[in-house]
Amino acid sequence: MAFLKLLFRNKLAAAGLIIMGLVVVLAVLTPWLPLLDPDVTATGDRFKPPFSAGHLLGTDHLGRDLLSRLMWGTRLSLMVGFAAALIAALLGSTVGIVAGYFGGRTDNIIMRAVDMLMAFPYILLALAIVAALGPGLVNALIAVAAVNIPFFARNIRGVTVSLARREFIDAAKLAGMGHLRIIVFELLPNVAPVIVIAMSTTVGWMILETAGLSFLGLGSQPPQADLGSMLGEARSALITSPHTSAVPGLMIFVIVMSINLLGDGVRDALDPRLRSGALTRPRAVTQIDRQQPAPEADGASLLALQDLSTEFRVAKRTYKAVRHVNLHVAPGECLGVIGESGSGKSVTALSIMGLVASPPGVITGGAGRFEGQDLIGASYETLRAMRGDKVAYIFQDPLSTLHPLYRVGDQLCEAIRSHHKVTAREARTRALELLAAVRIPNPESRIDNYPHEMSGGMRQRVSIAMALANDPEVIIADEPTTALDVTVQAQILSLLNDLRRERQLAIIFITHDFGVVAQLCDRVAVMYAGQIVEEGPSQAILDRPAHPYAKRLMACVPDLGQGRRELEAIPGLPPAVDRLPDGCAFAERCNKASQACRVGSIELVGTSDGRRAVRCLDPEESLS
Amino acid sequence: MTSYILKRLIAAVPVLLGITVIVFLIMAMIPGDPATAILGSYATPENVARINRDLGLDKPLVVRYFIWLGNLVTGDLGRSFSLNRPVLDEVLERFQATLILAGVSFVLCAILGILAGVVSAARQYGLADKLITFVVLIGISIPSFFLGMMMILTFAVNLRWFPVSGMYAIYGGGDLPDLLRHLAMPATALSVVATGVIARMSRSAMLEVLRQDYIRTARAKGVHERKVIMGHALRSAMVSIIPVLGIQAGFVLSGAVYVEIVFQWPGVGRMLVDAILKRDILLVQGGVVFVAACYVLFNICVDVAQSLLDPRIKT
Ligand code: SF4
Repeated sequence: MAFLKLLFRNKLAAAGLIIMGLVVVLAVLTPWLPLLDPDVTATGDRFKPPFSAGHLLGTDHLGRDLLSRLMWGTRLSLMVGFAAALIAALLGSTVGIVAGYFGGRTDNIIMRAVDMLMAFPYILLALAIVAALGPGLVNALIAVAAVNIPFFARNIRGVTVSLARREFIDAAKLAGMGHLRIIVFELLPNVAPVIVIAMSTTVGWMILETAGLSFLGLGSQPPQADLGSMLGEARSALITSPHTSAVPGLMIFVIVMSINLLGDGVRDALDPRLRSGALTRPRAVTQIDRQQPAPEADGASLLALQDLSTEFRVAKRTYKAVRHVNLHVAPGECLGVIGESGSGKSVTALSIMGLVASPPGVITGGAGRFEGQDLIGASYETLRAMRGDKVAYIFQDPLSTLHPLYRVGDQLCEAIRSHHKVTAREARTRALELLAAVRIPNPESRIDNYPHEMSGGMRQRVSIAMALANDPEVIIADEPTTALDVTVQAQILSLLNDLRRERQLAIIFITHDFGVVAQLCDRVAVMYAGQIVEEGPSQAILDRPAHPYAKRLMACVPDLGQGRRELEAIPGLPPAVDRLPDGCAFAERCNKASQACRVGSIELVGTSDGRRAVRCLDPEESLS
Repeated sequence: MTSYILKRLIAAVPVLLGITVIVFLIMAMIPGDPATAILGSYATPENVARINRDLGLDKPLVVRYFIWLGNLVTGDLGRSFSLNRPVLDEVLERFQATLILAGVSFVLCAILGILAGVVSAARQYGLADKLITFVVLIGISIPSFFLGMMMILTFAVNLRWFPVSGMYAIYGGGDLPDLLRHLAMPATALSVVATGVIARMSRSAMLEVLRQDYIRTARAKGVHERKVIMGHALRSAMVSIIPVLGIQAGFVLSGAVYVEIVFQWPGVGRMLVDAILKRDILLVQGGVVFVAACYVLFNICVDVAQSLLDPRIKT
């Protein structure tokens, strides 16, 4: 029922269903419709055009009524197509079930044979069968059915194999049921829906194929005519009386089209992932929908986020992933942004260069200034020129963030050549330098590796080399060590730290690990539910966290600076960002929460020297 | 790479043998005495005796298969009685014409299909995407034989842009421009459905790839969007498009039979249909085995192309 509903929500599929239904009903009713005899010839009435008196669609080369022949032909084509589908489904499914149920040798031999049958372009097999049996409608039907048996066998076998391992089959075997009974009473009811779906997607195909064979003169023989042979016979009069060809041809087109529409709808309804709307591609730049003008520039930071807000708009819901975030970073400084997954820290980082997947991401306000220039709403070309050149990213899992089909050297060279006009050789020399700079041993032999040929740590070094390729001012590292094991993590961190010292890099380091913050970051911002809830110098916050959330985070981390720590240990979950509560977003999980915490909005209050700030009515530490 | 090709070739041997077995068994279904069936109206007692001797048709099925297979591997596909010439000569000659038609169609549908899919995905939900989706839906629903007839009516008869049928003009033709003029319509008619299918698959493959993390990486390092789409994304999408191309090549080859009939193209498909109607069994048998074998070899090329593209495939 839900399936039918889904099907009907898809307007095109519904249209297909209705047209198909109409054609089928007319075909079924043909013998009772007031039609002329389709086979009565009248040489005097040859090739009458459509809309002639008594012949709505005109007549063919023997003066037979085209409307009547069309209806009878459609009926025949549909019948033959359905029959072929039925036979193919019956035999193919039997073969598939036997192969899947018995497995082992039986399966092996049968599937080998099926593979061989599938090695033929389908029409060759059909032609060979018709050649052996002789032309004729029944033989064409057999040929078309036979050609489609492998398709059913393969599909049904797949389903059967997965079912045959289930408990209820084992139970039936233990209960002493015979193979035949198990297949018929236990297996078949579960496989049947798949068979029906496979049939519904192939029946159009089989109608077309039988019509094709008839068109070639190998199917229905005169005077009996299906749509294919009508078209075939009309071919000799194509130039003088095109309507005799157009009538059956258009009917075939209508049938195939409606079945295609229906098939698409069925597929969409069955596999929601493939639903036309579900799979969207992110654009080159995140969409901007500013509610207010960008805030004025303040101060002269290298990179500053002012009041940045980003949300995800999915259907009717809005997920406020980032809410009015302010951040800044200076040359040589490392700023940590810490929070649980879903806190908005990565989205904040990606918003800066417009890399938030869009749709569904939309930046709704604020500014992101690099040396004073606002990047939010900058043109694509402006952003592209700065991406990787001024502001570079390092992402989490280098196996998925490096392109699997390009050599790492080529990916490095591409990063360089996207911003500098250098020759391929110069780029390669530079790439080798970069690989050496990130301490990859034997760069000459590594440069031609594919990512899958390297270890996780090496891959992440390549990512870092890629980020360094154009000597950027800022590096945004989005959990670059999370996918790595502990020792490699430490190496990567010290590498980043050294690079920052040597090159006066500004680093924004996104993490969920306070240990990393302690090692690397000068300042840290703690994010919760899309907001910054506390910020200040790392050491001060590590020593005396002011926000209850930050304190709890650290309480989950017994010894700082060692190994891998997750933040999941705090009881409760962050609020869903599409249904944010009034007041403090942490109130649900906070043991200090009072009535006042659940109303209005709570501001980020800074100390007078501006070094620390906290968003809490009852902080753990008094900052003033 | 050479060892990989060799491995694929060796793996193809059982498939090729399987094909001969299947074709042989189908032909063994012919009711009545095989010698009479093959000879048809030429079944004089002398001829029957001769063919029984040559092909061992009076021997048991298995023996007959091996005699036939033996002849096959030495390039002897028998003799066509309706044409009175060796089957292999006829098949080779006709297959050339089919190869030109199907080959051009295949290249056409691969290029146009992938291009349409890429544009469609890059402009998802835009005007171009909607237009392409609509045209593709129509395209995959028109049977090639009907489309071919309508094209003849429109472009050959009414507009007189192209010749109605055939491969070369009877008088004064025979050069490349002449061939191309004759080829334009059949090649187009043949490629339409496959173009539609490839466009659809390419679109969804591209959409799938464009969501991957490495596309974001490419954008993050400042690669031009055009290069992101046509380079990074398309290259990955090709990994799933190439197998589709292999399958569609089979459909193009199949569709060629109809198109050859409609446009009177002197290819192997038309030869097969004529042979069936004339009950020239050996010609059908030889033609089917030959084309099927070529298709198997073509699919090896597809696999090799795939391995060249994707370094993760063990070669
Ligand atoms: S504002 Fe209230 S609920 Fe929120 S963290 Fe502070 S004390 Fe807890």
